[in-house]
Amino acid sequence: MDGYAGVWILAEQKDGRIQRISHELLTRGRALADKRGAPLTAVVLGWRVAQPDLDDLIARGADRVLLVDDERLAHFLPDSFAACLGHLIRTERPEIIIAGATSTGRTLMPLVAVQVGAGLTADCTILDIEEGSGHLLQTRPAIGGNILATINCPDHRPQMATVRPRSTPVALPAAGRKGEIVRTGAVAEALESRVVRISFEETGEENELGEADVVVAVGRGIKRAENLKLVQPLVQALGAALGASRDVIDRGWLSYPHQIGLSGKTVNPKLYIALGISGAIQHLAGMQTAETIIAVNSDPDAQIFKVADYGVVGDLFEVVPALAQQLQRMGGR
Amino acid sequence: MKIIVPIKQVPETSAVRMDEATGTIVREGAKAIVNPLDLYAIETALMIKEAQGARVTALTMGPPSAINALKEAVAMGCDDALLLTDKRFAGADTWSTSYVLACAIRKLGIPDLVICGERATDGDTGQVGPGVAGWLGLPVLSYIAGVELPEGGRMRVRRMVEDGYEVLETPLPALLTVVKEVANPRLPTLRGKQRAKKLEIPVWKPEDIDAEVVNLGLKGSPTRVVKIHRPKVGRACEKLPAGDAAALDAASRKLAAVIVGTGVL
Repeated sequence: MDGYAGVWILAEQKDGRIQRISHELLTRGRALADKRGAPLTAVVLGWRVAQPDLDDLIARGADRVLLVDDERLAHFLPDSFAACLGHLIRTERPEIIIAGATSTGRTLMPLVAVQVGAGLTADCTILDIEEGSGHLLQTRPAIGGNILATINCPDHRPQMATVRPRSTPVALPAAGRKGEIVRTGAVAEALESRVVRISFEETGEENELGEADVVVAVGRGIKRAENLKLVQPLVQALGAALGASRDVIDRGWLSYPHQIGLSGKTVNPKLYIALGISGAIQHLAGMQTAETIIAVNSDPDAQIFKVADYGVVGDLFEVVPALAQQLQRMGGR
Repeated sequence: MKIIVPIKQVPETSAVRMDEATGTIVREGAKAIVNPLDLYAIETALMIKEAQGARVTALTMGPPSAINALKEAVAMGCDDALLLTDKRFAGADTWSTSYVLACAIRKLGIPDLVICGERATDGDTGQVGPGVAGWLGLPVLSYIAGVELPEGGRMRVRRMVEDGYEVLETPLPALLTVVKEVANPRLPTLRGKQRAKKLEIPVWKPEDIDAEVVNLGLKGSPTRVVKIHRPKVGRACEKLPAGDAAALDAASRKLAAVIVGTGVL
């Protein structure tokens, strides 16, 4: 496809600081750009973005940072972000654009894809370039992770994809890497938003399940809300995020942001510890790609053991304190 | 007030099984249901209807059998429904699907609200809702976990993001995609079921929604599935007994060693 060149990643910022997902996208973007023999651009939409963070994008692999810095881009609002990104795409005609499969990326990218007539694939875990054609190959789990579909977009440009957070390591900075930072003003009307952000309510740890290296998740086997405090020493020893199966949420023992599974969050941690979770298909859909899975359940036939690497058949109220103690003895947190 | 709720018929996930021998998932025989996440969209619309009066229309694109999903929406309390079915719609990706739904909504008349589920449990993309908003030029509010009633042509919502909740205000018309926290879906009532049985649901084709045929179905979709792979989801579980104190001690030592081995500490 003539006239389209270059690989873009959409960096995310919060309060002017570049977020981790951006560094994961640089890992993906650098590999794609090298295979295409094309430059890698990090697009940053934000306000008062920290200069060291911008330099850091170059140190971690970007050849160019394309920055629109405006007060009206301080927080993600779909109208202004989509108009801005759409404007940049129409002016610069990149071949590939990837963003994080986050609440921002998964809202912004489909809006922009219909604006610019681009193909878009959601929540990819593998990206590659097809030999010969040079098309972007986008592989994603579907039907709750039970199939992996590889998708391409032969006749439309740009090719767009969102990438599952934590599905690749962050790109590390290399001293002395060179690149340019281009500040560009978007057309003024592109920055207007019909939706207004009134306020923000921080919920802290519990919402960051999708970002955690270790997830400790509880199921119906926890028996009652008061028992949750019994898993806290383990959660703390591991610096883990606390998740739960649907049962626990529906009983009101934990709030919805903790829910893992088909109607909740999908997590992809290095370590997943399932405590008293039976392993319904809907739950497995949200966690079966974890690198290492440990399950504790008193029922030796529980389905969770079928997807686990290690399974303890026993009472979680005995196993959890014993394990927490063992970890503390070994000098864990 | 007019509200349109686009829904999708999906295979029931709880009916799928794991093949013991191959460790892959078998979907055969799974029955079709309304996408569970769409029930929250229907409920949100019905809550608004009850509080201040609204005409709620359920809309779907799918095979002729998708009429059953619409009947369920009517049984829950939707006033009417519309089925988009045609061979030319088949094989659409999210870009083409959102185009077709947007054409139908435009033909029905832009309502005050379009309310979608956050994503469907089969495709799992979450792209159709924002896509429809893109085609129609409506403000999009995604991941909505709470709504206030519309007032004076404006509406406030609570949007769930990774580290908290945003409170947003939008003018109407607008499109929302909602998550589970927004409401508790009601069950269909007997009266609703009877109404659904009798209700004549119109069936529309591309000509009825002024859709350009080049944008339809597999041919009109920018993306192509080039390969499907069924990963082995089953793992060889090493079982550790913990029946007595000695076994418990051995098990916790072993687990601690495994945890250290993952490098997370």
